[in-house]
Amino acid sequence: MQDTLTIALSKGRIFKETLPLLRHAGIEPLDDPETSRKLILDTNRDDVKLVIIRATDVPTYVQHGAADIGVAGKDVLMEHGGEGLYEPLDLHIARCRMMVAGPVDAPPVEGRLRIATKYVNCARRHFAARGEQVEIIKLYGSMELAPLVGLADRIVDLVDTGNTLRANGLEPLEHMADISSRLIVNKASMKMKHDQVRAFIERIAEAVAAREEAA
Amino acid sequence: MTTSPRWLLPDGIEEILPAPARQLEQLSRRLLDHFDRWGYDLVMPPLVDYLESLLVGSGHDLDLQTFKLVDQISGRTLGIRADMTPQVARIDAHHLRTAAPTRLCYLGTVLHTRPDGFAGARSLLQVGAELYGHAGIESDLEILRLMAEALALAGVAPVYLDLGHVGIYRALVADAGLDSERESELFDALQRKAKPEIHDLLAAWALPAEHATRLLALADLHGSAQVLATARDALAGAPEAVFAAIDTLDQVARRVAEQIPAVTLHFDLAELRGYHYHTGLVFAAYTPGRGQAIALGGRYDGIGQVFGQARPATGFSTDLRTLAAVGNLPVEAPAAIFAPADASDEVIAELRKRGERVIRELPGQAGEPAELGCDRRLVERNGKWEVAPLQ
Repeated sequence: MQDTLTIALSKGRIFKETLPLLRHAGIEPLDDPETSRKLILDTNRDDVKLVIIRATDVPTYVQHGAADIGVAGKDVLMEHGGEGLYEPLDLHIARCRMMVAGPVDAPPVEGRLRIATKYVNCARRHFAARGEQVEIIKLYGSMELAPLVGLADRIVDLVDTGNTLRANGLEPLEHMADISSRLIVNKASMKMKHDQVRAFIERIAEAVAAREEAA
Repeated sequence: MTTSPRWLLPDGIEEILPAPARQLEQLSRRLLDHFDRWGYDLVMPPLVDYLESLLVGSGHDLDLQTFKLVDQISGRTLGIRADMTPQVARIDAHHLRTAAPTRLCYLGTVLHTRPDGFAGARSLLQVGAELYGHAGIESDLEILRLMAEALALAGVAPVYLDLGHVGIYRALVADAGLDSERESELFDALQRKAKPEIHDLLAAWALPAEHATRLLALADLHGSAQVLATARDALAGAPEAVFAAIDTLDQVARRVAEQIPAVTLHFDLAELRGYHYHTGLVFAAYTPGRGQAIALGGRYDGIGQVFGQARPATGFSTDLRTLAAVGNLPVEAPAAIFAPADASDEVIAELRKRGERVIRELPGQAGEPAELGCDRRLVERNGKWEVAPLQ
């Protein structure tokens, strides 16, 4: 008998962009998470279930084996630590950049920079690597506001098109990392459901390669 | 001002109530009896020790996990043990000092500064066994069998055994001439099997193609026994030590299949848990329903060096509470006899001598015998005290 594979996904962009990859692996959800209130979605395959959770919770679910496999942004993994997980595949979806941004033509700051971000660990590592001591201000959203109201000098955030930055009089200053979503796997699942997990990873890798080729 | 509730315990610290305590105690007796029958002597290392002794041979992780305090007598830093293995190695290397194989086992509380594992426990009941003084695979096999039988005794089934060998990665890294900074970056990526990152790292360092190919291949070398054959091809041209390690894995696998047929074997040549500490075969046991390993072990030759005698060593350890939770053996519920306050002392003493649990009534006490867990009681008939069912 096949064991059940549980795959953790977050709603929105990651879900939408993962669907075609899942389809290539022969997996189709029976409900649409945008309209359904269900948190566990059945699929056309009895041995595969999808759980729909917040993006930042995906590594936690997978690390503890509540899900065997997940799709998580590299930003979340960098911030979460990504320990106790395998991340064997870059899905090249939900791409963006993690950047330092600040007000256009901002004058240099005397003393410690104040950085507003939700990526506290990433920001601290980044500035420490440059030998700069900074004050980190943890925010949960609307980072762009912080420099405008004097809460911070710079922000560290994900930048896609840069439109939000521009609309708020900010500009990207430094590129920290390229972000895309990764396939992550629970370590115990990789060992105990090896054939199933490995086959799944291979199918998804094929789909990623095929899409890259087409693009 | 609010007062903090006095009953609240620190995060990750648990008190064990009577029923689970009974279960743990029964399990620990079973395990220690099991080790004893295999010739493993129980040792009891101290809870607190000099920090340097606790951290012998280990990496940065154990340092972070160890609570520290200052010894007012010596001015040195003390640690509360986060892992008993280095202490047990010291007992072998410094105190026992024999050429013959030494077999030791231990059970005790270890404390971690940060919660790990799903339950987030910081206080674990570490139990394990170590075998010193033999470098061949026979001692690894003995430890593997001991572990498999211990898991079976705890009611854990089915068991998946994950085997690896740190010698493979170590030889490949040395062959490629990576310095320690690069090595630790590669190590980190390899532990996550993050192939895209490994690829980028190797490309950035401009390693010669044959080294890069072999290091990248490691991330995929996991699976059933076939992976060993795959590895021989994928790592062709690597130093001899790599193939010696693969041969070791092969031999261990064959013997495990014969001697411990109940476990399912899995191989992972990039599994480097305790890399700074281990020197050869490493293994971990998994069971469905647990997202993390339930028992760990491996070979760590030479750790005794700093304590005065370098000896080959292999062993395993696990957490008693995890085993109890996973195995969930039925607890033998205690049956007790209720003795009225005026019951005969001699009769009670006689019953206790026979192994019965006898609970004497306290004059004027509240509660019925059944509430004390009694299923029988002493009654006086014709001037004699007899055991009778509770009515």
